[in-house]
Amino acid sequence: MTYFPEEVVEHIFDFLGSHRDRNAVSTVCKAWYHVERLSRLNVFVGNCYAIRPERVMARFPGMKSLSVKGKPHFADYNLVPYDWGGFALPWIKAAVRRSPGLEDLRLKRMVVTDDDLDLLARSFPNFRSLVLVSCEGFSTDGLAAIATYCRGLRELDLQENEVEDHGRQWLSCFHESCTSLVSLNFACLKGEVNAGVLERLVARCPNLRSLKLNRAVSVESLNEIVARAPYLVDLGTGSFAVLDCIGDKGLAVVASTCKELQELRVFPSDIYGAGATSVTEEGLVAISSGCPKLNSLLYFCYQMTNAALITVAKNCPHFTRFRLCILDPWKPDPVTNQPLDEGFGAIVRSCKNLRRLSLSGLLTDQVFLYIGLYAKCLEMLSIAFAGDSDKGMVYILKGCKNLRKLEIRDCPFGDIALLNDVAKYETMRSLWMSSCDVTLGGCKALAAKMPRLNVEIINESEGTDKLEENISDLHKVEKMYVYRTVAGPRNDAPDFVWTL
Amino acid sequence: MSPPLEHDYIGLSELHSPAAAVGGGGAEDGALNLKDTELRLGLPGSDSSDRKDKVALTLGLLPKIFVSGAKRGFSDTIDGAGKWGLAAGGGGSEVEAGKSCALFSPRGERGGGGHGNAGNDAVGKAVGHERKDTGQVGDSAGNDRGVAPAAKAQVVGWPPIRSYRKNTMATNPSKNKEDANGKQGLGCLYVKVSMDGAPYLRKVDLKTYSNYKEFSLALEKMFSGFTIGQCGSHGIPGRDGLSESRLMDFLSGSEYVLTYEDRDGDWMLVGDVPWEMFTDSCRRLRIMKGSDAIGLAPRAMEKCRNRN
Repeated sequence: MTYFPEEVVEHIFDFLGSHRDRNAVSTVCKAWYHVERLSRLNVFVGNCYAIRPERVMARFPGMKSLSVKGKPHFADYNLVPYDWGGFALPWIKAAVRRSPGLEDLRLKRMVVTDDDLDLLARSFPNFRSLVLVSCEGFSTDGLAAIATYCRGLRELDLQENEVEDHGRQWLSCFHESCTSLVSLNFACLKGEVNAGVLERLVARCPNLRSLKLNRAVSVESLNEIVARAPYLVDLGTGSFAVLDCIGDKGLAVVASTCKELQELRVFPSDIYGAGATSVTEEGLVAISSGCPKLNSLLYFCYQMTNAALITVAKNCPHFTRFRLCILDPWKPDPVTNQPLDEGFGAIVRSCKNLRRLSLSGLLTDQVFLYIGLYAKCLEMLSIAFAGDSDKGMVYILKGCKNLRKLEIRDCPFGDIALLNDVAKYETMRSLWMSSCDVTLGGCKALAAKMPRLNVEIINESEGTDKLEENISDLHKVEKMYVYRTVAGPRNDAPDFVWTL
Repeated sequence: MSPPLEHDYIGLSELHSPAAAVGGGGAEDGALNLKDTELRLGLPGSDSSDRKDKVALTLGLLPKIFVSGAKRGFSDTIDGAGKWGLAAGGGGSEVEAGKSCALFSPRGERGGGGHGNAGNDAVGKAVGHERKDTGQVGDSAGNDRGVAPAAKAQVVGWPPIRSYRKNTMATNPSKNKEDANGKQGLGCLYVKVSMDGAPYLRKVDLKTYSNYKEFSLALEKMFSGFTIGQCGSHGIPGRDGLSESRLMDFLSGSEYVLTYEDRDGDWMLVGDVPWEMFTDSCRRLRIMKGSDAIGLAPRAMEKCRNRN
């Protein structure tokens, strides 16, 4: 292949869809590295602290679209303090300097301020698409800046962000000459938007295909909008989620009618106690037998049995994402009183393409043995209140060759497991452990052995500065976040984060 | 004859309250000491004023963490909440987060992988059917990281649901209405605090404070970083002791005023109404520049008058 002119190699690389493939070819030889880096348009950074923004942009001068992720996943559940980090500004600033041709920006779990959005809006003349997922730190003022200055904006997609409502009519800031919108999603906003402004915006954007409104939009308005946007493909009025009050019977109805169903999410309506109508293993079994195409599941319930999971595994071997949350920690199979090891074992054995798994219920080390044995494609594993000993975690680290993200809370895994195979963590994006048995000494040992990992301890007790001197190595660490990086320890860590 | 010993409802008796036992001196001579009939939790002989600190030692089910819950108005929770004692303290504040997480960790007593009875008992204890089980005391008194308290809703980050989703769930209709801007669970009330000019907002749990003084201290800590330059890095120098509204003083020394948005959507000056009334009606807070705050105080008094 090195005999081909670079243009040919580049053309071949154009057929490579995924970042991983492009990453792979760039390691073959210097020539390929060179060709690949100059031709890469879409850059994905899974952990904003794994590499400095300037370095990314120096490597990929042709970058047109950038996607960056910040906080660890458990930040969604308030396990990560507010000011932990994940700031968008360094990335935006670097792009302003080195990639002024930037067209698309996607940020997930990052802190984005109104000033950041203002800078973004004014700096990239070709800017087309802004997607913010689970971000915070900005208000409707920032959105106003985007609307005002991003002429030619095609996509503004706000998913599950915490947006402060400053009452500004940001939607009115879209200029009359802005006709380019293809996708607009403001479902997560709490404030109202002017109905007339929205209708006029929709009317003048002939390419609008996807529109997701928030709950403040009235039904009358909806009528007007739909009338003006006949080419809409995707219309939403806030998130539609199945609440478990539809009960097992409701799920049976879904199972009998929605044969093409691929993804299902069932949330609990009452997290403080099992309601009269909630879902159990029966609902899940019904779904699995009625919807064979199901490949992605998020299911909250009050109980689950091994038998049900075994049945589900048999009915739906195509799961790629399986997240089961039994609301009571450590709850066993109510029929047999056994742990759910066998049930989850069946899932991983049967679903050969499983990439993401979340466990719950009473679980011993055995389930981890199964996961290590069978879940060869597993990339992300979430564990809570499970396991008996270090062996559990070791099974996972040994067996799951493709593991990228491991997040653990409230499990009896300690230093022995943590230090069993330290090189493993460089093959992964990150490891989160909270309320486990790892000690400060164990974390220090890990940090000492692996200089290309950042071992961060989050210490939230008061009097933090003094504590560092007095704390013994035997002290159990409350929250630990380990990730591979070529950027060294970060310089924006708040006081309560110690990088060892 | 000494009056019969009063037992509080978990079966602990008051051994000797100084005034009760023998009808000791003072105004309580011969009269029934009402303290004895008060519903409260505490070590025998403990004074009601100390009950906040002592409770956790008595009940094995209450984890150690709640000993430090003095700020949380534990006594208020007992009086106010239907769920005795176990409702104390939301699991949400950042300081407590780590600790309350720890309490849910299963430890040695579960040994054997939880098969059969051992597992079942552990689960029974851990999950804790708090609606039925008022009698069990001290099952795991010896294990400070062991049995989870029955109020499972207080484990930080569990169940793993985004908070905005929790807010939209109908646990009960009236609760939902109050939730509009605050995240409210058992015993916690989070509201946003913004400060003009600060790059990001904070959230505080109003239920963790029992008066304006504590609250102002906490806010001061949180936001002092942003006012370096107005008052100097250590706030107002030379101030010793705690004044009633230290934050007011701190703020009045600078250009900022602490205000809150109430249920009606009006912006009010903090400090005019009694603390409980404030926490009931406060939906969010804003530390605003003094120049914007002119005219707030009179409205606050008017509202107070209208309510009473």
